[in-house]
Amino acid sequence: MTLPAAVEVVLRLAAVLVAFLLLPLVVGQMEHKAMAHMQARLGPMYAGAFHGWAQLIADGVKFAQKEYVVPARADRSIFSLAPAIALIPYLLVLIVVPIAPGWVALDLDIGLFFVLAVLSVSVLGSLVAGWASANKYSLLGGLRVAAQLMAYELPLVLAGSSVAMAAGTLSLSGIIEAWSPWWLIWQAPAAVVFFLAGLAELARPPFDMPVADSEIIFGPFTEYTGLRFALFLLAEYAGIVVLCALTAVLFLGGWRGPFPEQLGWLWTLAKVFLLAFVVIWVRVSNPRLREDQLQRLAWQALVPIALVQLAVTGVWRVVAG
Amino acid sequence: MGFVKGLAITLRTMTRRSVTRQYPDVKPDLPPRSRGAIGLLEENCTVCMLCARECPDWCIYIDSHKETVPPAVEGGRARSRNQLDRFAIDFSLCMYCGICIEVCPFDALFWTPEFEYATYDILDLTHERDVLREWMWTVPPPPAHDVHAAPTKEQLAAGDAG
Repeated sequence: MTLPAAVEVVLRLAAVLVAFLLLPLVVGQMEHKAMAHMQARLGPMYAGAFHGWAQLIADGVKFAQKEYVVPARADRSIFSLAPAIALIPYLLVLIVVPIAPGWVALDLDIGLFFVLAVLSVSVLGSLVAGWASANKYSLLGGLRVAAQLMAYELPLVLAGSSVAMAAGTLSLSGIIEAWSPWWLIWQAPAAVVFFLAGLAELARPPFDMPVADSEIIFGPFTEYTGLRFALFLLAEYAGIVVLCALTAVLFLGGWRGPFPEQLGWLWTLAKVFLLAFVVIWVRVSNPRLREDQLQRLAWQALVPIALVQLAVTGVWRVVAG
Repeated sequence: MGFVKGLAITLRTMTRRSVTRQYPDVKPDLPPRSRGAIGLLEENCTVCMLCARECPDWCIYIDSHKETVPPAVEGGRARSRNQLDRFAIDFSLCMYCGICIEVCPFDALFWTPEFEYATYDILDLTHERDVLREWMWTVPPPPAHDVHAAPTKEQLAAGDAG
């Protein structure tokens, strides 16, 4: 590459932005269709003429046309800001996620640390939204988000640090370099814990207690309409992309596969979409967990498993050098 | 374990054909006794009014007058018969119970499976006799009698007990 550094940075960031806007839509469409077929339905069939491929674009146009309503007692500026707080951290995370060898917008040495730190900021978007809406259901949802964040942040970080310890580095590219297929067994408990805790942080079903629509309407998003509501939905799907990308990078070897130099990006994308399918699959198959079940799963299952995994990884590192 | 079972069920369902009918694009395959609209074979109607009287929500309108038919043979008596002037069914009131069809002693009323007669004006749901007569062309032949069923009374009367 002989491009000037500034141009290259802009190009890389533009590529990340395009991926950030495109991948969630693909995942959303995949959810529409996969969920429909899992329930013996067809899903959207009309928008875009071929199997409803343009359904989410049509939805976006619809959302953009809607009136933007702010409740009278709401904290107006924070209420308007909340979708951005929910959405932007995912964009930041995507900047440091490597797609293929050298294909990363910004290769941070402390990539994993950065990713975990920024990821939990996004959850604050829902909490802020819940508080600013001046609505008791929103507030309840917001507090549930907070409780869920507290409970699941710990296993998420513990599982992530197990991988960092196994690889001996916090750099995401470095973790992929150090990865070997043997990790699929050795780090499997950490992978499951990381994935489940990530799902819970995203408040995806079956961990969707914060937005439990049958009891607290739509939790923190109850008062939102139009484009800002759409941004929250986009944040949810961007969160799925980010979680799947992180799981793929940390536990499934990212670009590792045949011909990593040429086809690395393809392996990464394939792993991301496979995991996204699992997210949808788990959502369709399971009912919502109750609040106490949620907390019990985090504290009595995920945290101990993550701690044991951490200990096993640590001992192995010491013994095997 | 329930978790794995749930995953297995959804995955199995995904690999099978979905049950969705693409209705406006693909017409439904309705059984012959479907209750769509009611057709009138007015040639059979004797204006006995049984249907209008039995109708639970009074949605059948019948007007008629009497006509005198000249004697068929020389020196005979002139007969009177009912001449149908108006026969209408208000489908905005009809609840598709089918009692009118059941009670008709002369087989003048029939179900048709056609159901696409929604209108923009509720008054257009009152189908007059010409519309009801047109429905008759869409009435399917009755389904064949079950092989091992008891013979119908028509069959018995004809001496065809099978």
